[in-house]
Amino acid sequence: MTKKKSALGVLSNQKYIVILVVIALYIFFFAASVDFRKYTTMVTLLDYSYYYVLMAIGVSFPLITGGVDLSIGTGMVCYALVGGYLVHNVGLPVWVGMIVAILFGCVIGLLNGVLVAIMNLPPFLATLCTCMITRGLGSLLSFKNAIPWPTAKQPGGWFHSIFKITMAGNTKIPIGFLWMILLVVIMAFVLKHTKFGRYTIAIGSNKEATLLSGINVKFYHIMAYVICGLFAGLAAIPYASAIPTIQPGTGAGMELDAIGGAIVGGVSATGGSGSIEGTFFGVYVICLLKVGLPFIGLQANWQQVITGLILIGAVMIDIVKKRRAVTAAA
Amino acid sequence: MGEEILRMEEIDKSFPGVHALDHVHFNLNRGEVHALMGENGAGKSTLMKVLTGIYKKDSGKIIYEGKEVEFHTTREAQDAGIVIVHQELNMVGDLTVAQNIFIGREFTNGIKIDDKKMIDESKKLFDRLHIEINPTEKMSSLTVGKQQMCEIAKAISHNCKVIIFDEPSAALTEKEIQDLFTIIRDLRAQNLGIIYISHRMDEIKVITDRVTVMRDGTYVGTLITKDSTKDDIVKMMVGRVIYEPPKEKSMVAPGAPVVLKVEHLNAGKMVKNVSFELHKGEILGFSGLMGAGRTETARAIFGADPKQSGDIYINGKKADIKTPEDAVRHGIGYLSEDRKRYGIVVQKSITENSTMACLEEYMNGIFINKGKEKKAAEKYIEELATKTPSADQLVVNLSGGNQQKVVIAKWLVKNCDILIFDEPTRGIDVGAKNEIYKLMNQLASQGKSIIMISSEMQEILRMSDRIVIMCEGQKTGEVKIEEATQELIMDKATRNIN
Repeated sequence: MTKKKSALGVLSNQKYIVILVVIALYIFFFAASVDFRKYTTMVTLLDYSYYYVLMAIGVSFPLITGGVDLSIGTGMVCYALVGGYLVHNVGLPVWVGMIVAILFGCVIGLLNGVLVAIMNLPPFLATLCTCMITRGLGSLLSFKNAIPWPTAKQPGGWFHSIFKITMAGNTKIPIGFLWMILLVVIMAFVLKHTKFGRYTIAIGSNKEATLLSGINVKFYHIMAYVICGLFAGLAAIPYASAIPTIQPGTGAGMELDAIGGAIVGGVSATGGSGSIEGTFFGVYVICLLKVGLPFIGLQANWQQVITGLILIGAVMIDIVKKRRAVTAAA
Repeated sequence: MGEEILRMEEIDKSFPGVHALDHVHFNLNRGEVHALMGENGAGKSTLMKVLTGIYKKDSGKIIYEGKEVEFHTTREAQDAGIVIVHQELNMVGDLTVAQNIFIGREFTNGIKIDDKKMIDESKKLFDRLHIEINPTEKMSSLTVGKQQMCEIAKAISHNCKVIIFDEPSAALTEKEIQDLFTIIRDLRAQNLGIIYISHRMDEIKVITDRVTVMRDGTYVGTLITKDSTKDDIVKMMVGRVIYEPPKEKSMVAPGAPVVLKVEHLNAGKMVKNVSFELHKGEILGFSGLMGAGRTETARAIFGADPKQSGDIYINGKKADIKTPEDAVRHGIGYLSEDRKRYGIVVQKSITENSTMACLEEYMNGIFINKGKEKKAAEKYIEELATKTPSADQLVVNLSGGNQQKVVIAKWLVKNCDILIFDEPTRGIDVGAKNEIYKLMNQLASQGKSIIMISSEMQEILRMSDRIVIMCEGQKTGEVKIEEATQELIMDKATRNIN
């Protein structure tokens, strides 16, 4: 019985399935397209993935509490616009723009948390509202201007080297990937081994029981959204680095790719379970599809169709797993 | 039996309209298992909630370890050493056993939770209880019995001196109950005071030292278990004054045909081999204590829950009922005990609710014929004397009794001949209760057949033509109204099958 269970456990653990999917996708595109094999493609893929990774790490927390945060896509663009405006139009140093973007993210996260945990708004609605608000605020605060952050060669362009170092001979080393791994390790630790992480899972699994255990549920519930906002703010920095000019009014829809990544990576769509490592690999499933499919002649629209199908599969696994747990306990 | 650890004196508690506890006494010694018994609504749970700080008492004294105390939260009671093991378990399914036991008071190394220490401590607790549970197992993968043992482990990890078990055996198998008793005896030997709330007479005899009986919010008396008989206890439980005279004889015409026949019905864990017949124009009462399997039987007949086996005959013909839709087609209507959840859509009008079960009869092509729909609703508003300004009134604005009438109208519109009333007067005030009773009698005299599930003894005796009694998923008796007494019913309702 136990033997059977453990074999089943590995197979039904989405974390491992998703790693296999990432490897399989990579091999597939690698074999199917000569252009995909180029080093620059890999650098582009990574450049492009950082802000999705950050958003997805963040949104994993509200998802695990059984909620969601739809404001991270428009939010990230809003924070990048505001930070960029301060740098480009006001002339403040780049680090100020970065800190403002991150803090702005935390504030919107706090707002989401208060709406959900204190005012008891359904997370879907609360964050749909802040999604609209950040979309409008981004345009207003940048005075409807498209905002460029400094390019690598301009003064203040040093921030690009957080993610990518240009070596002699114009070879680019994507060191941003190391930062991502570091953040994944830290946040995985937070989720697994700290009170905040444990209570995030507990709230998503059985909020009532958590409350009756004498835990300050409201505080931890809000914190899940603040962390999410913090990561949306952090995501604004690689976004500003990857996108030459930030357009007001954009960003809607990017949250769905991040949420999709988290769910593909095994975060339960109904809350209560998930892992940051899983989210990390889940995001790469989505990014590989986004970048890889055009190389085999399929437009980006196909990526959305295929991602949708993969998501259905991921959610089905989650549902079957939950049902099995219920029948096992009965 | 040791010295006294807890004494509750003259505890009084009122809620709006209900005197829930009327100067109740209770005392508990160290090293004692003390049963708290009474019918549903006798005030047992309220008393325990007052003790553990969930409710605030209006007056009276609680003396614990020689000092007068008053707890404001369960946390305070816990810290003082009084814990409840609830009937519904408060466990976080996605966390492990150890994580659940120590939730809210995790051991930490800096910011890191020390899971290893929590696992070790859990093992020690389980050793003390002589049970084997792997602390790293996910809570949701354990059986209900094991989960309850984790809850007990959590309780003793608080270093408690008094444990309250609130109907602990309700969801357990026979084997699990035996294990539970072993643990309780262990705890008693460790000089803890144990309060054991249960309906099951045989358990009380086996596990407890004393029994305190409550009735209608008052203290009736305390007995030494080994010196008293089951009869003594039952008498104390039911000895109330009956305000309404019970029905004297059956109103069913002799030789009335059988409209519904259920044979050897098995469904889930709560319905075991149930058989009975329902005659035309009869009100068949289903009596029993909470968790006896009555609602589950009704839901299985209605097709709301799957059946494992058993046959249902309607008017002599075998009926294959797999879904509520099938049941409604066979003319069965079910009025749920939880009206708001299963019976009506409160934010819709009376009209919309009335025709919900048979909208297809009120259609013109693809459009709803609003006029015809309203006419039907108005007809039943008049017939049932539903108090409302108009048929367009939203159901949420009606009183409980009138909401119940809308549910009845819904099934009458559908032309159902067999109506299952599950706790028809729950949450309805006395005046409206009488109206519902009148209505049920009227329906029966018109030839409708009614199954009435009720936990109120008075209601059963007043309304039924015949009474089926269930206990633990099995039918333990069937009595004609002419022969029924409270004692007889209570005796059968507490009969342990094993």
